[in-house]
Amino acid sequence: MSERATVLPTGIPEPVPSPDGLDAAYWEATRRHELVAQRCRSCRGWQWAAEWICHRCHNFELDFEPIPGPAILFSWERAWHPVHPALADACPYVVVIVEFPEADGIRMIGNLVGDPQQRVEIGATVEPVFEDHDEAEPAFTLVQWRRL
Amino acid sequence: MHRTQDRTIRGRVAVAGVGETTYYKHGKSPDAQFKLTLMAILAAAEDAGVDAREIDGFATYADDANDAGRLATALGCRELRFANMVFGGGGGGGSGAVGNAAAAIHAGFADCVVVYRGLAQGQGARFGQAGAYPNKIAGEPATWIPYGIMSPAQMFAMRTTRLMHEHGIERSTMRSIALAAYHHAQNNPRAVMRGRPLDESKYDESRWITEPFKLFDCCLENDGAAAMILVPADRAKDLKKPPCYVLGAAQGAEYRSSAGSHNNPDYATSSFKTLAPRLYEMAGVKPSDVDVVQSYENFTGGVVMSLIEHGFCSYEEANEFITFENLIAPEGKLPLNTSGGNLAECYMHGLELNIEAVRQIRGESSNPVAGANVALVNSGPMVTPATNVIVGSEATL
Repeated sequence: MSERATVLPTGIPEPVPSPDGLDAAYWEATRRHELVAQRCRSCRGWQWAAEWICHRCHNFELDFEPIPGPAILFSWERAWHPVHPALADACPYVVVIVEFPEADGIRMIGNLVGDPQQRVEIGATVEPVFEDHDEAEPAFTLVQWRRL
Repeated sequence: MHRTQDRTIRGRVAVAGVGETTYYKHGKSPDAQFKLTLMAILAAAEDAGVDAREIDGFATYADDANDAGRLATALGCRELRFANMVFGGGGGGGSGAVGNAAAAIHAGFADCVVVYRGLAQGQGARFGQAGAYPNKIAGEPATWIPYGIMSPAQMFAMRTTRLMHEHGIERSTMRSIALAAYHHAQNNPRAVMRGRPLDESKYDESRWITEPFKLFDCCLENDGAAAMILVPADRAKDLKKPPCYVLGAAQGAEYRSSAGSHNNPDYATSSFKTLAPRLYEMAGVKPSDVDVVQSYENFTGGVVMSLIEHGFCSYEEANEFITFENLIAPEGKLPLNTSGGNLAECYMHGLELNIEAVRQIRGESSNPVAGANVALVNSGPMVTPATNVIVGSEATL
């Protein structure tokens, strides 16, 4: 197990809201420990990553709503070779894609918390773990995943 | 689809010349990137038997840093009539640049187009390192870079995990692709991995880069430059080398292929499912007509997807079909990456694969497939746009 409070160390690129405002509501929600994604006000379809238009009905009015239902581990990788100097002592680490079957199958990316050499199982149910980076400027929160 | 006889490039344009510089390990080129590019273009012009000042079109891809206007100026080209770059920062545009060059010639925009790629990775950004990333990241990449997805291996490993999960693709199948590439490189004087053979145990014992990719599943990083000269088919007949005709070309990807945060609906794809049928239709050939294949290896898992999506085998047949014996020239059922390709010849972002297809049609390959008349090249895989091309001998017209 890592001694760090965060899956990956500081020093790698930090997320900031898009200057055009597209995803500000997502990053604000993570600070409140809420996981949201885009939902079309017209056709009610879910969409991720964020875009200015609903790809189904071309409506421009999209809200950010809490994602319903379970999160299922869809795919994964284990990074062993550090490609950023800040990750030199942080490998291996596990990256996962989680899928939300009750939200039109949208997917999100995160790290799997816990032993980085754990056996990873596609199809497993996972839950979000909100990883605060309060000391960053601006502060941000990543959404990590833990097996249920 | 509305395609009149005019809306095809089949047989209208030919590759007349190919050339490259010495291929170096990354950071080891004694020459500047722009100089390498000039040297490769001159080599291709020499091979074709045309004066480089005749070149009136430039086609490239992968955000190539060698500006077409500067090249035309440096070479003293009499007139610049076509300058073109395929979208996409990776190697997916290599065959597309060939297709664009052919289209420009067929459309009458230009008469002598060079497809080129020049890179000296010590002098610019390296694909395999994340050092160029800024401290803050915004937009769609902010949903994955902070989780440690920073290199191409990390961007594409999860597609391969999913391929293996959905279709039971085995590691030995991916390994066969690496073994075939290294096998071919041993006969290729240009190959940076010549003299460094690979066997099963060396592959199996190699370190993980990003699981499920081991070291030998990943392309190299190199310095050098390569170029191809295309001219109208009737002009090519009068030049030095036997013409290698462009039979078909395609570019693109499937529905919502670029959906962010890995949301493309068909996930474990090389993005050739929609292109391959269009390519074969234009070229007028079937997968069984293809004598030799050059398939872009950013990572071996993507090659498995590409071979399946180009119809050479089904998902169910893949583990039995994609074997070392089947992939090697000259006797294999589907000789693959016969120069060593991105894994073992040189990571010239796949332009070396397009050049190798021409050499096979000419009978000039260092691993010749006897009587090869039809060669398929694909560039991608797993990127948008992916691109592909089929070239053929005079006998295919």
